[in-house]
Amino acid sequence: MSLTPNVVDTELSPAAGRGPAYAIQRGYAGFMMWLISRLLQAASAVDPVIRRDIGRLPEDFSFSMRVRSGSPALTMRKVGDGLRAVPSSTVRRPTLTFEFKHVAHAFLVMSFQESTPRAFANDRLAVDGDFPSAMKIMRSLNRMQAVVLPRFIAVRALKAYPRIGIVEKIGLAARIYGRLVIDLFKRDPS
Amino acid sequence: MNKEYFEFVCPVKMVAGFRALEHIPFELDTRGSVRPMIVSDKGVVGAGLVDIVVQAITSEGGKVGPVFDNVPPDSSMDSVNAGAAIYLESDCDAIIAVGGGSVMDTAKAMNIMATEGGGDPRRYAGYNNLKHRLKPYIAVPTTAGTGSEVTAISVIKDTDAGMKTFYFSQFLLPDVAVLDPRMTLKLPPMITAATAMDAMTHAVEAFTCLAKNPLSDAYAEAAIRRISEWLVPVLQKPDDPRGRLELAQAAAMAGIAFSNSPVGLVHALAHTIGAMYGVHHGAANSIFLPYVLEFNLPASRAEIGELLFHLAGPEDFAGTPVERRAEAAIARIVEMKEAAHAICGLPRTLSETGKIPREDLPGIAEKSLDDGTVVMNPVDVTYEDALAVLERAWGD
Repeated sequence: MSLTPNVVDTELSPAAGRGPAYAIQRGYAGFMMWLISRLLQAASAVDPVIRRDIGRLPEDFSFSMRVRSGSPALTMRKVGDGLRAVPSSTVRRPTLTFEFKHVAHAFLVMSFQESTPRAFANDRLAVDGDFPSAMKIMRSLNRMQAVVLPRFIAVRALKAYPRIGIVEKIGLAARIYGRLVIDLFKRDPS
Repeated sequence: MNKEYFEFVCPVKMVAGFRALEHIPFELDTRGSVRPMIVSDKGVVGAGLVDIVVQAITSEGGKVGPVFDNVPPDSSMDSVNAGAAIYLESDCDAIIAVGGGSVMDTAKAMNIMATEGGGDPRRYAGYNNLKHRLKPYIAVPTTAGTGSEVTAISVIKDTDAGMKTFYFSQFLLPDVAVLDPRMTLKLPPMITAATAMDAMTHAVEAFTCLAKNPLSDAYAEAAIRRISEWLVPVLQKPDDPRGRLELAQAAAMAGIAFSNSPVGLVHALAHTIGAMYGVHHGAANSIFLPYVLEFNLPASRAEIGELLFHLAGPEDFAGTPVERRAEAAIARIVEMKEAAHAICGLPRTLSETGKIPREDLPGIAEKSLDDGTVVMNPVDVTYEDALAVLERAWGD
């Protein structure tokens, strides 16, 4: 390969410039998106606070959270008063999309180095779709994180840790993790 | 490691001051436009403001295309379609919006359709769905408040869909914003006060909410200083061109500030009572501003305290103990509200609007939580918090 002097060849390959850090961040973000979708599915089945918000979404509602390149991604669809994780390919145009501009930004948020509100303020994350629905999903995600994460981690992810008693938190977290395990072994009826 | 990050954009050329309108022919010429369409509303046309703009353009041999004056107060998708059709039929090559926020927002959406050659404007709704530059667009605001002349957003009421459709794209930013005091000289005192407090709220929320950054702060501070200094003098002497220009510049600066550091809970509450009861947006912002600042004190005491410098000047700032500055800044905003109420009747509380039943406050609180601006508020807002702010703002 010959390059013209003083010209950098930027079309070497898509993988050029993607070092081990990129692969680790991408793998971690992908795992976390998978985990978030399963936890939110379980939480929306057992937590009345989340079910109340999800129940108010339009019947054909679906949302996606993804990195700008398209993956990793999670996609969920409203079923009854809950949410169900579905393959991204089954929803052509989600009602609502949260898009990280780069996998590095998704990694910052999902490794709790940057809270979700801070990510919005820093323009890491864009919302495309109906804002009232986006707010309901964000509240549900916040509530789910407050319940399933240890407090010292949850405070890094949230603007404020909600008023929730330790007994209620442990009880709900146990039910959500239990439901997650059941869902993992249950055959999807759809 | 320092993880601070911010974004800031404002490519709008500001043309501001005495005889600013007479610069429009030059701005059109440099953008290759020979037949601009003027977009306005019947009130603005009736007040003779479009005539002033047309005269400024034609007196030096410039040409003006059709004047579309059918923009309703809350904008509308029908108006967007009708205006775009006239633009295309008349072979226009630029848009000049002469009006308030509704006119400027409608003209932005029209410009999308004018550039794309028609079709369904909903196709381009949402976040960053425009992929190229639009036709030249000059904004001439006739109120000093919304800041739409420097923002990348357009909100259009879509009656068919029963909702407001929003467009966000850097390509919606006007090419030029023309601030000429002649455009706001005849603004009634109540609207002057409400729009100025709207601009004040834009600046204060930009300065205190989560996305604040060094550049948005600079614009917010300058806007707050001007409004604080000029609001009452302009209400007392509405035909003072200097004061009118200061408020117009302040509104533009506040617009630049909040366009780059989005607003918070004040706007969430104001959007809700605006949509539910038709309360003027600026008046609603004015009502909620001090109460929301009190609510935000636990997270933003330092920022709110810093506002005192710009609201009251260096002497008051230096003479106030650090721990009292935030409360003093809020008190200064309350003083401005009281002065505006005494001069022109700007409502200070929700009860003074006469439009909202007190028993509706819980519903307003619940609905406000679904407004996207809540995300940027420095303090997390629960239903109980929103209701408490509404109860405080009710008055009595």
